Amino acid sequence: MSKPVIATASLAGCFGCHMSLLDIDERILGLIDLVEFNKSPIDDIKTFTKPVDVGLIEGGCCNSENVEVLRSFRKNCKVLVSVGECAIMGGLPAMRNGIPIRECLEEAYLNSPSVDPEDRTIPNDEDLPIILDKVYPCHEVVKIDHFLPGCPPSADLIWEAVTALVEGRPLQLTYDLIKFD
Amino acid sequence: MNDVRFMIDGKECLGKPGQTIVEAAKANGVYIPVLCHFEGLKPVGSCRICTVRVGGRFMAACTQPLIEGMAVENTAPDLEDMRKSLIEMLFVEGNHLCPSCEKSGNCELQALAYRYQVLAPRFPYLWPRRDIDASAPLLMLDGNRCIQCLRCVRACRAKDGRKVFAAVDRSRRVKIEVDKKLAAHLSEDQARRAMDICPVGAILRKETGFAVPIGRRKYDAVPIGSDVEKGTGR
Amino acid sequence: MAQEKDIVLRYPKDPSALLDVVRDVQNRLGHVSEEAVSRIAAHLKLSEAEVRGAVTFYHFFSLTPRGASTVYLNDSITSRMKGRTAVARAFEEEAGCRFGEVSPDGKVGLFPTSCIGMNDQEPSAIVDGVVFIKLSPDRARAIVRGLRAGTPASGQVTEFGDGANQSTLVRAMVSNNIRKRGPVLFGPHEPGAAVRKAVSMTPEQVIDEVKKAGLLGRGGAGFPTGLKWEFCRREKAPERYVVCNADEGEPGTFKDRVVLTELPGLLFEGMAVAGYAVGAQTGILYLRSEYAYLRARLEAVLAGLRKEGILGKNIAGSPGFHFDIVIKSGAGAYICGEESALLESAEGKRGEPRDRPPFPVQAGYLDRPTTVNNVETLATAARIVVEGAAWFKAMGTPKSAGTKLLSVSGDCARPGVYEVEYGLSIAELLDMAGAPEAKAVQVGGPSGTCVSKAGYQRKICFSDLPTGGSVIVFGPDRDIFEVVENFMEFFIEESCGWCTPCRAGNVLLKKKFEKVAQGKGTEGDLRDLEAWGKLVKATSRCGLGQTSPNPILTTMQNFPELYEARIQKGRDFVPEFDLAAAIQEGCAAANRQPACKEADHE
Ligand SMILES: Cc1cc2nc3c(=O)[nH]c(=O)nc-3n(C[C@H](O)[C@H](O)[C@H](O)COP(=O)(O)O)c2cc1C
Ligand code: SF4
Ligand code: SF4
Ligand code: SF4
Repeated sequence: MSKPVIATASLAGCFGCHMSLLDIDERILGLIDLVEFNKSPIDDIKTFTKPVDVGLIEGGCCNSENVEVLRSFRKNCKVLVSVGECAIMGGLPAMRNGIPIRECLEEAYLNSPSVDPEDRTIPNDEDLPIILDKVYPCHEVVKIDHFLPGCPPSADLIWEAVTALVEGRPLQLTYDLIKFD
Repeated sequence: MNDVRFMIDGKECLGKPGQTIVEAAKANGVYIPVLCHFEGLKPVGSCRICTVRVGGRFMAACTQPLIEGMAVENTAPDLEDMRKSLIEMLFVEGNHLCPSCEKSGNCELQALAYRYQVLAPRFPYLWPRRDIDASAPLLMLDGNRCIQCLRCVRACRAKDGRKVFAAVDRSRRVKIEVDKKLAAHLSEDQARRAMDICPVGAILRKETGFAVPIGRRKYDAVPIGSDVEKGTGR
Repeated sequence: MAQEKDIVLRYPKDPSALLDVVRDVQNRLGHVSEEAVSRIAAHLKLSEAEVRGAVTFYHFFSLTPRGASTVYLNDSITSRMKGRTAVARAFEEEAGCRFGEVSPDGKVGLFPTSCIGMNDQEPSAIVDGVVFIKLSPDRARAIVRGLRAGTPASGQVTEFGDGANQSTLVRAMVSNNIRKRGPVLFGPHEPGAAVRKAVSMTPEQVIDEVKKAGLLGRGGAGFPTGLKWEFCRREKAPERYVVCNADEGEPGTFKDRVVLTELPGLLFEGMAVAGYAVGAQTGILYLRSEYAYLRARLEAVLAGLRKEGILGKNIAGSPGFHFDIVIKSGAGAYICGEESALLESAEGKRGEPRDRPPFPVQAGYLDRPTTVNNVETLATAARIVVEGAAWFKAMGTPKSAGTKLLSVSGDCARPGVYEVEYGLSIAELLDMAGAPEAKAVQVGGPSGTCVSKAGYQRKICFSDLPTGGSVIVFGPDRDIFEVVENFMEFFIEESCGWCTPCRAGNVLLKKKFEKVAQGKGTEGDLRDLEAWGKLVKATSRCGLGQTSPNPILTTMQNFPELYEARIQKGRDFVPEFDLAAAIQEGCAAANRQPACKEADHE
């Protein structure tokens, strides 16, 4: 029997959740025995090459590319998990959410004292993803099946969740595992 | 005066006449979750998280006095889900970025979310634009985290009795304001008390914070309410 | 121009004077300036934050200037149905500013406001305290031009309404539109007869008569009036109060306005009868500020009653029975119709409801036992005392005795006030009002029920379709979703903001409703609407939140096909998120064209 397949992505996140995933110490060896990684920054596979059982998403959606990646994860993964505060509620990037995006861009690229006076332009290269009006939690864009809170979620929580999901048992989230920081 | 006999989820309890359900439950070792209530302050029933059911009717346990023979439902699944909904509502109504909040780990709203296993709110985030007022010398008031519990309004007064905090505006726009003139003359003690009375990280004493390391904060290891349930509540 | 000081110092150094001072300052200076806040706070020994709190609670008070003249244009659904949008546009074009703003020259401010009690003559607006009805875009432009040219609003009233609206102390364009006069309120009444009859009985006998008549409160909650008076009388206290609730804020009601205009004497007699029954010496008429144009006449009627010995000391020849009435004003807050919020407001505070117990009959105005009754209830009680319980009980249904004033508006040929016996069916009412094609009828205002054709045999009475008086008719072409959205917006705006479910829950309910209305709903979303509606009703602190989900819940119940048709059946997740909309502003700011791959696709 082939091993369950996992894919991961970091959208508008800081890679902290991925670090936490790698922070499971020697259990990582067990994990590698247990599962196979597909599209993920961990193995640098850039596109989906087969159907995935569990997709882990770090970060919320702050630009059009995040949305595309998230949607492709939804298409290719049986179970999709929001990992960490940014995926769940936008996290620190969402601090801009109360402020109109134009104001944010103008502050960052036109008016801030650190801007080069010779080059006051809002980046507009056609290859750049387009910034969204707000940072969106993943579950407001696609259906998300599970949520692992924390900034980052503890290695124990990720271990518990990933093993439960690939083994097909319900998640046991004890008090010490649910933390928002 | 004679004790009042009442029941919570089938458990026989005794309370004092005039006592509220929340206080009487606590004295009987039963935890009813509260957020706006604070012992010693006049209850205001603003958060509604203590909602219980008596004879099919819903009521706030923090404001309802005991009635002889009343049978209080406290942990029915639908009630608990309503409470969870209200907690989630408070999260989406404000801007709660726990990872960067000084109160994290000691915050009662967050602690309730832990107790009720709030993983992601069922409601969409509203992302209101709210102000931070850091003009007072000792205090900072961050509207992003205020849950309108009115504890500060009730508890904090200047020496002559004037209210240091007050609610302004109404509806979804309602917010807590600190009186600029009174706040300019707060003593260290008054400032501390204001911070301590605030269940969340909306009122902060400046130049302190992040004093207790992660892992040793109030709600890191034990759920809110466990003191009451173990009978160690005052 | 240290006017603030002069105004403030005229008031007693008593916090309960707060709203009176604020009103005075607002009326004279057009706003409550920082200077005024500071002076009021110092004078009344309040903190400035508290003063700002009270000012900002009320719609008609403001910390910033509202213009030399201020237009408050009614935003009720009926106003919209009768052409508000075009009128609003005309106001904006002529004034040169949007609603919510003051014109660049500072001459005119434009603001929306919740129903002002003119639903049978919409679109209506209050301009500097003067009511304008049946506005057209041309009239709106003319008003603004007139104001700019120096003609005050009062000088622009061209014709007067019917009845006492023409009296020299009112001179309002407002019409009564009394379509059906019933035997109770509009029956023949000899002035003073009710008070004279009451004092010939013992207070207990008066209470008993009202109880026997089976009079239930007309303000909405339907509490037995006699019982309320008995509870109030039984409380031991040095003083008791009678409060008449003339806040009439439920969108679509205006019948109390007609009683205040045409039957003020009967109403004041009812208050005196209540005073005699409960043992009170003071009555307070809490008059919504939208009806301030009636105040001078009401004061004159009170003066007349004093002269005739119907009010004052030892009244109606009864030694030892003293009773007089003062008028207090609201300032634009629907919640102040809720009795405990009304009491807070009458005491000069933010109009936030109180927790019960204690009930107002135990601890009401200034913590004294207080009976709060609706305008119609009190006027009806006066008639019961004169004509007797049996006479009253013979009308209506066994459990809903007597008659009810209905305010009928919307898509019907004869909008106005109808005094009908309880037990009337919706079909019969529609017949009277001339609305053969009605597709839906909102009974009891936004907090009531939206009835579909299938329910037209239902009856107006406490056990079937209770109503404080509001009946709004929707014709065949009306969009029920637009109605629901308007009602939800009303509750969101008028929530006092005290408790979580009402303050945040209604916003979330409306958001979810809009998702469904936009065709992005699923069956799960409909289940959420129901669950969240139940949650808000169950956990809210007062009657506002406990009924605010009704526009959604009652239309889901009575018009399920409308919801079914809007949702995407069989899909388990449809996001509200719309990529094309989300990138719009970012593209514009960076001067980019959204590439077609960014177009929204699932
Ligand atoms: C949000 C809200 C608004 C209300 N508005 C009014 C009102 O405008 N007029 C009124 O008479 N009662 C109103 N009521 C009902 C009052 O609280 C109270 O029940 C009534 O004034 C009692 O008088 P009654 O017994 O004569 O009906 C309102 C209640 C709520 C919850
Ligand atoms: S106040 Fe509490 S819930 Fe809000 S951000 Fe801070 S820790 Fe989190
Ligand atoms: S500032 Fe804190 S104490 Fe005051 S109302 Fe807000 S949450 Fe409550
Ligand atoms: S239900 Fe609404 S109006 Fe009533 S107390 Fe709560 S917030 Fe205020």
